Amino acid sequence: MSTFFSQTNMLLMSVWSCFFGQDEEDGTEMGEGDEWMQGKTLIKPLDQLDLTEAELKEEFTRILTANNPHAPQNIVRYSFKERSYKPISSVDQLAVHFVLEGNLLHQDSDEARRQRAKQGLPEGGEDAGDVEEGGGEERADSVESKVGKKEQKITNQFNFSERASQTLNNPLRERGCQTEPPPRANFSATANQWEIYDVYLEVLQKQEKNKEKAKAVPKKDDDKGRELKTFLLFPPQSDDITKVAKVAKIIERMVNQNTFDDIAQDFKYFEDASDEYREQEGTLLPLWKFQYDKAKRLSVTALCWNESYKDLFAVGLGSYDFTKQGRGMLVFYSLKNSTFPEYIYPTTSGILCLDIHKHLPYLVAVGFYDGCVAVYNLKEETLQPIYKSTAKSGKHTDPVWQVKWQKDDMDNNHNFFSVSSDGRVVSWTLVKNELVFTDIIKLSLAGAVSEGPEGVQLPIMGKTSCGTSFDFHKQIDYLFLVGTEEGKIHKCSKAYSSQFLETYNAHNMAVDAVKWNHFHTKVFISCSSDWTVKIWDHTIKTPMFTFDLNASVGDVAWSPYSSTVFAAVTTDGKVHTFDLSINKYEAICQQPVVAKKKTKLTHIEFNPVYPIIIVGDDRGYVTSLKLSPNLRKKPKEKKGQELPKGPEVEIAKMEKLLSLLREPENSNA
Amino acid sequence: IATFLGRKLQPRPQNEVEETLKRIQGQKGVQGIIIVNAEGIPIKTTLDNSSTVQYAGLIHQLVMKARSTVRDIDPQNDLTFLRVRSKKNEIMIAPDKDYFLIVIQNPSD
Repeated sequence: MSTFFSQTNMLLMSVWSCFFGQDEEDGTEMGEGDEWMQGKTLIKPLDQLDLTEAELKEEFTRILTANNPHAPQNIVRYSFKERSYKPISSVDQLAVHFVLEGNLLHQDSDEARRQRAKQGLPEGGEDAGDVEEGGGEERADSVESKVGKKEQKITNQFNFSERASQTLNNPLRERGCQTEPPPRANFSATANQWEIYDVYLEVLQKQEKNKEKAKAVPKKDDDKGRELKTFLLFPPQSDDITKVAKVAKIIERMVNQNTFDDIAQDFKYFEDASDEYREQEGTLLPLWKFQYDKAKRLSVTALCWNESYKDLFAVGLGSYDFTKQGRGMLVFYSLKNSTFPEYIYPTTSGILCLDIHKHLPYLVAVGFYDGCVAVYNLKEETLQPIYKSTAKSGKHTDPVWQVKWQKDDMDNNHNFFSVSSDGRVVSWTLVKNELVFTDIIKLSLAGAVSEGPEGVQLPIMGKTSCGTSFDFHKQIDYLFLVGTEEGKIHKCSKAYSSQFLETYNAHNMAVDAVKWNHFHTKVFISCSSDWTVKIWDHTIKTPMFTFDLNASVGDVAWSPYSSTVFAAVTTDGKVHTFDLSINKYEAICQQPVVAKKKTKLTHIEFNPVYPIIIVGDDRGYVTSLKLSPNLRKKPKEKKGQELPKGPEVEIAKMEKLLSLLREPENSNA
Repeated sequence: IATFLGRKLQPRPQNEVEETLKRIQGQKGVQGIIIVNAEGIPIKTTLDNSSTVQYAGLIHQLVMKARSTVRDIDPQNDLTFLRVRSKKNEIMIAPDKDYFLIVIQNPSD
């Protein structure tokens, strides 16, 4: 150690001595540098390794590598292939010390180009002013590319200025408006099938109305004419209650049905069971009684059923009494309402006869006591007839005893016939607004001879007999019968106006009714005030049957269901019903139908469908009666044969009867 | 007779309805008549107010139902009348397009 020390000391000394000069040798006396030099001596740390000189001279190499000493060197990953953890071969050695995001773009990059395009800078980039020459070339390119664009102001930190300003913001004001909401109403309905149907129907009707309006304008003149067929519009009704008319009618009928319930049931269902015990006789069951208080003093002078409405019938009221002539009435009743008539037409003169048109149920022809004839249209609102004959237009001079509708003539005009006591049978045609009359035949007293005072027979010329009834043949259109006041029946034809085809001396008094049989074409019946009813075959001049009824016979009618059944009414208040196939000599039913004995029955009519008859009397009442089964017998069917139906049977029945009568006559003759 | 001849021939509908209603009221057993309009409001009645209102309201619904039934089955059909017979009386209803008429009757009176 001392050697080392001395060595180093020597080194140092040598250094310093050359520096400071060599003052002394081995300088133990060093003046001021000693302390400093002493400070310079190396101090060996205590834990320093003592190495030998050889070890000290050993060279250690130190190399710089790019390996990141902090990077992990032992990262292992699971390998699914080898199913074990394996160390990763390469590990990222990058160590990032500092990151600063820059906003420099390369001038040729896409983004830079886009930005330039946005800002409108010329392509080729903008450099500082000193690169102008280089930039000049580029600028030439850019000028080519951008023609017409303004030269952008160069912005740099010296020339660039930014200015901002703020406009005055107007204060916001809110304004609103609201419209009035449309008026609303709640509506609810159900869409049913019938609602839809109703709407369709309405639309259809409107369309038809429009069509009619288009047609109505040129047709104004033709308003009247066959007007009977067109509808008259109801005048607009301001009163609410008038609209209830129809329902009120229905209700009235319902109430009546309740009140007269038992009668209604009888009418429909009652069949007299006791008829089985009575061999041949039948009875008449009284049903409704029709009366109208304003018609109390009038007698029923005519009855007629309506062909189309089987429950409707017409009653003509007037008076048969010559001295008591006054007003009359035409009244229609329905079986559904027996308390009040359906239609009421007051007339100035008493009605003697009426007839309802077969096909047009609203046309009624009426014959009056004063000789007029009139036609009423039930559809019309007025109470006046639509036609009335006047003295000028050929009215009869005497009461009109019978009217009957005929088939429409060739011009399709309706026409009807009338017979009167003045001896004329007149045909009336409804032409447009008037009644045109044509005398068909004049009933003259053919071959009437009177004895003059000297015994000379003087033919009576120019005297006409009075017609009191007539009837037209059901099949043969031109053939008709006229009964006269003298008791004769004339068979006439519409074609011959002066001559009769045949004359029958029927009765001793006036012929009140003459009616053809509904089925048999040759048979007719007549009745008279001489108490008799006679049945004739028109080919034979004498009657087939004669019945004496002990009282003046007012009316007789064939039944519509049988050729051998007929009924007659007499002034003693009885209804006599006959069925020739059952009893040829007597009535099978003789029944008084009125309460008071003094009432005279004046007319009788069978209902075409129902088994009832209506009987009119001279007090203005009409009684309806139901025929019991015995009166309605149909021919018995033989065993094995099917029940024959139809009019042929009836005809055959009658024919059989007649043949029985004819044979004795033939044998006599 | 003189008055009859001089009578004015009025158009038929006006008087007829009133007379018809009078006659119905005069029939035996009829207790009352109510005329109700399409909305169910009674416009004419012979009964007292409370009964009228009650009848009108209840029957209105019944009629609508009945009519709907009839017409649903066949749209061309329509209700003519309706009878409700009970122990004590019978209610008859005749509906119309705009109105309906109700009559209460005791038929066994």
